[in-house]
Amino acid sequence: MTITPEIIKHHQLTQGEYEKIVSLLGREPSYTELGVFSVMWSEHCSYKSSRIHLKKLPITGKYVVQGPGENAGIIGIGGGWVVAFKIESHNHPSYIEPFQGAATGVGGILRDIFTMGARPIAVLDSLRFGPLSNSPTAERNARIVTGVVSGIAHYGNCFGVPTVGGECIFEECYAGNPLVNVFALGVCRQEDVFFAKAKGIGNPVIYVGAKTGRDGIHGASMASAEFTEESKQKRPNVQVGDPFLEKLLLEACIEAMKTGAIVAIQDMGAAGLTSSSCEMGSRGDVGIDLDLDLVPQRETGMTAYEMLLSESQERMLIVAEKGREQELFDVFHKWGLDAVTIGSVTEGGNLRISHKGVLEADIPNRALADEAPKYDRPHNVKPYRTAPLDPPATIPASKDLNADLLKLVSSADLCSKRWIWEQYDYQVRTNTLAGPGGDAAIVRVKETGQSIAMSLDGNGRYCYLDPREGAKLAVAESCRNLSTVGALPVAATNNLNFGNPERPEIMAQLVEAIEGIAEACTHFETPITGGNVSLYNETLGEGIYPTPVLGIVGILKTEAPIGSSFRSVGAQLVLIGGFRSTDAQRFGSSQYAKVVLDQLWGLPPALDMDYEKRVHEAMREIAASHLVESAHDLSDGGLAVALSECCTAAIGARVRVSTAERPEFALFGEAPSRILVSTMTPEQTLSILLRHGVEGGVIGVTIEERLQIEYEGTMAIDVTTSVLRESFEGALPALLHTQHAV
Amino acid sequence: MKVGVVVFPGSNCDHDAWYAINQNLNRPGHTASAEFIWHDAHSVGQVDAVILPGGFSYGDYLRCGAIARFSPVMQAVKKFAADGGLVLGICNGFQILVEAGLLPGALIRNAGLKFVCRSVGLQTVTTNSPFTSALQPDQVLALPVAHGEGQFVADDRTLDQLEAEDRVAFRYIDHCNGSMRDIAGILSSGRNVLGMMPHPERACDPLMGSTAGLGIFESMLAYTQQGVLVK
Repeated sequence: MTITPEIIKHHQLTQGEYEKIVSLLGREPSYTELGVFSVMWSEHCSYKSSRIHLKKLPITGKYVVQGPGENAGIIGIGGGWVVAFKIESHNHPSYIEPFQGAATGVGGILRDIFTMGARPIAVLDSLRFGPLSNSPTAERNARIVTGVVSGIAHYGNCFGVPTVGGECIFEECYAGNPLVNVFALGVCRQEDVFFAKAKGIGNPVIYVGAKTGRDGIHGASMASAEFTEESKQKRPNVQVGDPFLEKLLLEACIEAMKTGAIVAIQDMGAAGLTSSSCEMGSRGDVGIDLDLDLVPQRETGMTAYEMLLSESQERMLIVAEKGREQELFDVFHKWGLDAVTIGSVTEGGNLRISHKGVLEADIPNRALADEAPKYDRPHNVKPYRTAPLDPPATIPASKDLNADLLKLVSSADLCSKRWIWEQYDYQVRTNTLAGPGGDAAIVRVKETGQSIAMSLDGNGRYCYLDPREGAKLAVAESCRNLSTVGALPVAATNNLNFGNPERPEIMAQLVEAIEGIAEACTHFETPITGGNVSLYNETLGEGIYPTPVLGIVGILKTEAPIGSSFRSVGAQLVLIGGFRSTDAQRFGSSQYAKVVLDQLWGLPPALDMDYEKRVHEAMREIAASHLVESAHDLSDGGLAVALSECCTAAIGARVRVSTAERPEFALFGEAPSRILVSTMTPEQTLSILLRHGVEGGVIGVTIEERLQIEYEGTMAIDVTTSVLRESFEGALPALLHTQHAV
Repeated sequence: MKVGVVVFPGSNCDHDAWYAINQNLNRPGHTASAEFIWHDAHSVGQVDAVILPGGFSYGDYLRCGAIARFSPVMQAVKKFAADGGLVLGICNGFQILVEAGLLPGALIRNAGLKFVCRSVGLQTVTTNSPFTSALQPDQVLALPVAHGEGQFVADDRTLDQLEAEDRVAFRYIDHCNGSMRDIAGILSSGRNVLGMMPHPERACDPLMGSTAGLGIFESMLAYTQQGVLVK
C-alpha cells in the first residue's frame, strides 16, 4: 500500500513526523510500520508535548528506589519492603463508554503495579464530571457518573483490591471531557521487584493472558486528539475488561516470578504488543523478533496491523530464561491462562515482526520508544483564562449564613460521596485502617509495622485562575491531608489533565502547572516517581480547566488511625495554623463563590510553603504524641464546612470566631495551612505549635448534637448535627435521583 | 482447630479468612491454624472445619457460585458436611453453598441494584449452633457486608421451615439488600453448615475497627476442640 498524505493524517502524524520516520528507517515505512509509529509516537505514549517540561520535576529522594521510566515508581518503606504506585488516566474512553472505559482504566493501572512484582493493595480514584443540576447536560452527566462508578466497582471489587479513597468534583467544563484518574499501589520485598528490561540474546519472548482481539485498536491515538462529533462513533476503540482474568493473571504472575525464570516482564497497555516489546527491547538495548502467527487470537483473519495495535486487556509479555519456559507454562496453565513463546531476544536492536512468512515490520526499538519527536510548543503567552481578576464591585452580604452553610454541605462538590464509595469494596484484604471519606486513606502492610497513607488532590478552579499557584496548592493539600492522619509524605505521582497543547495559552497552563508542582514537590520533599499526561481534553473546542491531580504517598506506624469526626463532648478545638485571612480577590476561587454566588473571579488562596510545611511538621508531632481525638484539614468550603464534616458522629461544637473580616470570608474562606483538631490536652498541643512557629488557639469546644458558630458576638450559625448530616449525606443520591439507602 | 480455606480461581477473601484464623483467633488459650485448599482438590484433608471465602469464584459468570459448585473440591466439601464437618460459607461462599444445595433459597441481585460495602447491624437469632454458641441471644453484631448479590429469597414454606427449625442464624437490623425476612445467615438442617453474607473475618482485628466477628470463630473453636456448644 502506498502511504498517502491522507493515510498519514488519518494516523494523526504530521508531515514532519512522517519525514522523521523515513529518515530513521532510511526508507518509506510499510502500512503496518506506519501504524506502529503512529501509536508509539502518539501524545499518549510519547509525551511529545510535555517531555521537555517534565524534566523539571524532582525525581530523587531518600525513599525513592525507582523513579519515572518504569511501569510504576517505587519507594522503600523500611525493613526491606517497598511499595510501587502510579496514577493513570482513562478520560477519553470513559466519555465514550463510561462503564468499560473506567473499568479498563482500573485494569491498566493494576497491571502496571503487579508487572513490577508488587501485589496491589489499594486503589484511589480522582473523578471530574459535568454538573448534575442546572445544566443542559445534567441527565447525561448523571449517566456518565453512574457508569464510571459501576465500572470502577466492577473491576476493583472482582479483582479483589480495595478502593479506599479519592475525590469527585463537578464543573461544566468536564461535561464533554470527564476525567477518570486511577491511582494504584502495591507492595513487595525490594529484592522481588521486576523490571521491564529485555536481556540475553536468544531468550524466549512469552505471551501470557487473554487472547488478542480487535478491541481498542488506536486507543492511544484516540486519547491524543480532541473530541469531535465523529469521536462518538469510536466506541469500538474502547476496550472491554475482564477483572476475573486479571485476578488470575495477577496470581499467576506473582507465582511465576517466584520461579526465577523471568528476566523481564511488561504489561500490554496502550498500543499493546507493540509498546511492550519495543520498550523492553529499547531499555535492554536489544532486538526482539516476534512471529504473529503464534499469538493467541480471539478472532480470525486479523492482520499484522490489527494485532500490533490491538489493546485487548489482561495480557503480559515476558522475557524468560532460555530452557526454563516450561516452568512458566506450568504456572500459567495451572491458572487456566494462555502462555506461548511468540519470539526471542535478538542482537541488533530492531523490532522485527513476521506474519504468515512476511516480514511486516523491521524498526529500531529506540526509534519507537525513545526517538519520538519532542516539541517545545509555544507557551510564552498568558495561560488561558476568561474569569475577571478583580472581584465584583459588591459581593452581596449573606442573608442567612445558616442557609449558606447547608447549601454548601449539600452541594455536589462538598457533599458526602458515600453513594459512590459504598459501591466499592474498600475493605477486602483487611488492611484498610482508614477508608473513603476521610482526609487520607490508610492501609497497613501486614508484613511490617508500617502503614501507607494516600491522598489524591487537585483543584481545577484554582489552577484555572493561576496554574502555578493552583498546582502548588494541590501538592500542599495532599501533603496536609497525609500529615493530618499523622503520615510523613515521602513521594508523589501526578496526572496532568489539560486541553490542546497546540494552543499556546493551554500549553502555558501546562508549563506553569508543571513548574508549580516541581517547586512544591521539591519544597515538601515528595519527589515525583512517575505519572501520566492526558492532553487534548477538549470537546468541540471547549477545553477543561487545567487539572493536575497529585497522588502523594506517606508512611506512618501501624496503629488505630485518628479520624476526622469529633469523638467526645467537652474536647477543646484547636485551629492549627490560625484563622488566616482571605481577601475579596481570593474569595472568588472559593466554593462559596461557586455555590452561593455562582461566580468565579480573582485568584486562588495565597500559599506560604514554609509556613505550610511547619504546620505539617507540628501536626505530625501532635499525632505521634497521641494528643488529639480528631483531626481534619480545612480546604474547600473553609472553616464552617470543615466543622460540619467533623460532626458526623452526632457530636457538635460551639465555636467563637473573631476576625476583622466579613463573616463570609472568615467562615468560608479557603486559606490553606489549617487543620482543626479536638483535644483534651490543649496546652500540650499549643506548646508544640509554639515550638514549630505555627499559630493556633482554642476556638471552641465540642458539645452535644449542635454546631454553633458565634461571629463577633452574634450567633451566625446554629444547626443540629442531624440536619447537617441529612444535608451532607442526602445530597448526592438526590442529585442522581436515586434512593438514599438500600 | 485446623481450618481449610478453599481457594477458587477468583476467590479474594481467602487470605482474609486465613489471616483471621492464624493471626487474630490464634492467641493464648486458642489454638487455631488455617491452610489453603486448591479448588481441584478431591479431598479437604485433615481439617476440623472448612471455610468457603468471599470473592468472585470462576468470575461468577452465569450466576454467583453457579460454576464453583461443579468444582472437584465441592464434592469433597459435600462429603465433609455430610459427615458432620463444620462448613462456613461467607459471602460468595454462601452463594456457592446455596448453588450446591447445601443450603436452601437463593441469593439474587441487591434490591438497590448496586454493590454495597458498609457495616451493618445484625441480630443473633440463634445461639444453638456450632457457629453462634459463644454469642448471647439477640446479641447485636456490627459486621461489614460487601456484595452485589446478597438478597436472600426463598418460597414461604422454606422460610417458615427455616424459622420453625431455628435455622435463621442472623437477621439484618440495618437493611442493605432487601433480603426476605431480613435473613443474613442460615444453618443447614444438621446445623453444621452456616452461610452468611456479612464478613466476620473482616471484624477480627481491633485495628480494623471491630472484633465483632471473632465470636463466630470462637464458637467454632469450642465446638471442634470440645465437641460441645459453648454454654
